[in-house]
Amino acid sequence: MKHTISVIVENKPGVLHRVSGLFSRRGFNIESLAVGTTEKPDVSRITIVAEGDDQTLEQIIKQLYKQIDVLKVFDLPADQAIERELALIKVHANDKTRQEVTQIVDMFQARVVDVAEDSLTIEVSAEKDKVENMQKLLEKFGIQELVRTGKIALQRGG
Amino acid sequence: MELTGAQALIESLKKEGVELIFGYPGGTVLPIYDVLYKEKAIKHILTRHEQGATHAADGYARSTGKVGVCLATSGPGATNTITGIATAFMDSVPLVVITGQVATNLIGRDSFQEADVTGITQPITKHNYLVKRAEDIPTVVKEAFHIARTGRPGPVVIDIAKDAQVKKIKFKYPDKVNLPGYKPTLKGHPRQIKAAAKMISIAKKPVIYAGGGVISAGGAKELKDFAEKLNIPVTTTMMGLGAFPEDHKLALRMLGMHGTAYANYAIQECDLLIAVGARFDDRVTGHLPTFAPKAKHIHIDIDPAEIGKNVRVDVPIVGDAKQTLKDLTEKVKPENGKHDAWIKQIDEWKDKYPLKYKKDKRIKPQYVVEMIQQVTKGKAIICTEVGQHQMWAAQYSKLTVPRTWVSSGGLGTMGYGFPAAIGAQFGNPDKIVFDIAGDGSIQMNMQEMATAVIHKLPIKIAVLNNCFLGMVRQWQELLYDKRYSSTNLCNNPDLCKIAEAYGAAAIRVTKPDEVKNALEKALKIKDRPVLIDFAVAKEENVFPFVPPGQALNEMLID
Repeated sequence: MKHTISVIVENKPGVLHRVSGLFSRRGFNIESLAVGTTEKPDVSRITIVAEGDDQTLEQIIKQLYKQIDVLKVFDLPADQAIERELALIKVHANDKTRQEVTQIVDMFQARVVDVAEDSLTIEVSAEKDKVENMQKLLEKFGIQELVRTGKIALQRGG
Repeated sequence: MELTGAQALIESLKKEGVELIFGYPGGTVLPIYDVLYKEKAIKHILTRHEQGATHAADGYARSTGKVGVCLATSGPGATNTITGIATAFMDSVPLVVITGQVATNLIGRDSFQEADVTGITQPITKHNYLVKRAEDIPTVVKEAFHIARTGRPGPVVIDIAKDAQVKKIKFKYPDKVNLPGYKPTLKGHPRQIKAAAKMISIAKKPVIYAGGGVISAGGAKELKDFAEKLNIPVTTTMMGLGAFPEDHKLALRMLGMHGTAYANYAIQECDLLIAVGARFDDRVTGHLPTFAPKAKHIHIDIDPAEIGKNVRVDVPIVGDAKQTLKDLTEKVKPENGKHDAWIKQIDEWKDKYPLKYKKDKRIKPQYVVEMIQQVTKGKAIICTEVGQHQMWAAQYSKLTVPRTWVSSGGLGTMGYGFPAAIGAQFGNPDKIVFDIAGDGSIQMNMQEMATAVIHKLPIKIAVLNNCFLGMVRQWQELLYDKRYSSTNLCNNPDLCKIAEAYGAAAIRVTKPDEVKNALEKALKIKDRPVLIDFAVAKEENVFPFVPPGQALNEMLID
């Protein structure tokens, strides 16, 4: 089963190594990983999407808690979380196809951030499935380059 | 007070009560060694290898309960400590390992004797630090000792850049630590204790399974009170030897792969297993799904990650073993009498399947261990290496006191025992310290004989010399059809001559009737180490033996 795990850590050197190292040692495959600062400058949030059974997950959460620099760990169930991923997609577009591409962009509430003679660069921020759907629809125009951040997530409400 | 980083380090160590450092100098720790040159309050012991220094600090820590400290230079000095750190980590031993690092402007340039020590030690330490600023030294030392000795103890590495050792700072030692992410739970949750007490009070066939956590917590007395109040038999892991007196009527002694038959049968038949400070290691459980199949499980451990790691637990209690056993003893009411039928059953097993070996005209290794126990009246600190001799020492030493058993359990480090014995002897100058060794293991850290001789340590090294890597040979005999691949040590050097070359005493024993005399003679030598080379029966096996992957009750008794 896929899990989104949020790890709140002290912003200290080596902390990402500690956290990611634990996942690989315990046989949990990291699918995506995003790190950034939080509302507190000395605290960072690492959001990890990983796949594995519940018992392994429980063990990993406990092992994460044992790390001195780890302050809090949450397993975020999809139905209780706001999840987003950001992608930048550089897609082939010429006079003939540009309009069709921008229609897709509008449909996904994405935006064009760079226009060149033979390409458009699109920024999309959405849930993972949406990003993937959009990518699929754009494939026929020819994707030149693509980058996706890992998933970030926050628990809904209070 | 203005001090250099190196001076601040030594002052900080003094504030933590450090008396001894085991170490080995080198380029990036020269400023620290320069401070030690004039230092009176802290004694530095020069070992002959950094691995020896780390194991010595470990043996000191295990036998005294204090934090062991060692010091090594960057690069190869630091990487030589790795086996020692991993050994301490697996057995939850409090160590502070200080390593030098190249100067900050050289870090990351593949400089001479540079190694990423915090990176390398990250999976084998409780925590580690790379110190680049002299100002951080006092806080880091304070935190490192706090982390090493509290909660589930473990090794902490402090890697200090050379320029940070030289820079001058205003020294002030912090009064307390500020670690928001580190708050070990010491007191078990009252609701869990209540649930456990209820389960215990209705059990008909309970067994206590006690591990090294009882010793770390200083909870041997609480364990005895608990077992005696409820009349529950106690088995200990190898790490738990000494936590419960082995001559006690409730003692089942060691369980597991080479445990007593009666301990293993009791585990397989019990209806309640109370695990305290133990971690269901594979050498203890055998085939996990068939381990204690009829039992409900109570698991007391200070480390929440141990609970539910290997087995499903009915009542988990996160807490310190000493405190939790005390609380549990107060809470529980024996409603089920004294489990008379169960105790009777266990006594029958004890009669029917005692630990035993066949005596003949050769020296039996078990006999040597029994004689060591006899001539020292069970008062010695027993250190061991790893292998058959370790198991015989565990089976026949009849330990009764905590911190008298110093042996590498989790990592199973050959070459551990002798340097650990050096640390144990420094920590316990008035006690008799034995290293029970094999002819394979003793050759792994033989160089520390120099350390022991220089400091006139009267350590007794009893080599159970069977000219084999005996434990591997035993597996080859029983599981690989006697194909003794690379386990024959028939070209061993003369160990007595080696010992004598270092300035130690040496005694060779070839007949059973010489064993006791040799040991008594060795005990009289008080100004240097003595190596006793026992030519023991070559193909003796350790029994009982639970073959790997089998259930405990499927053990081979002989």
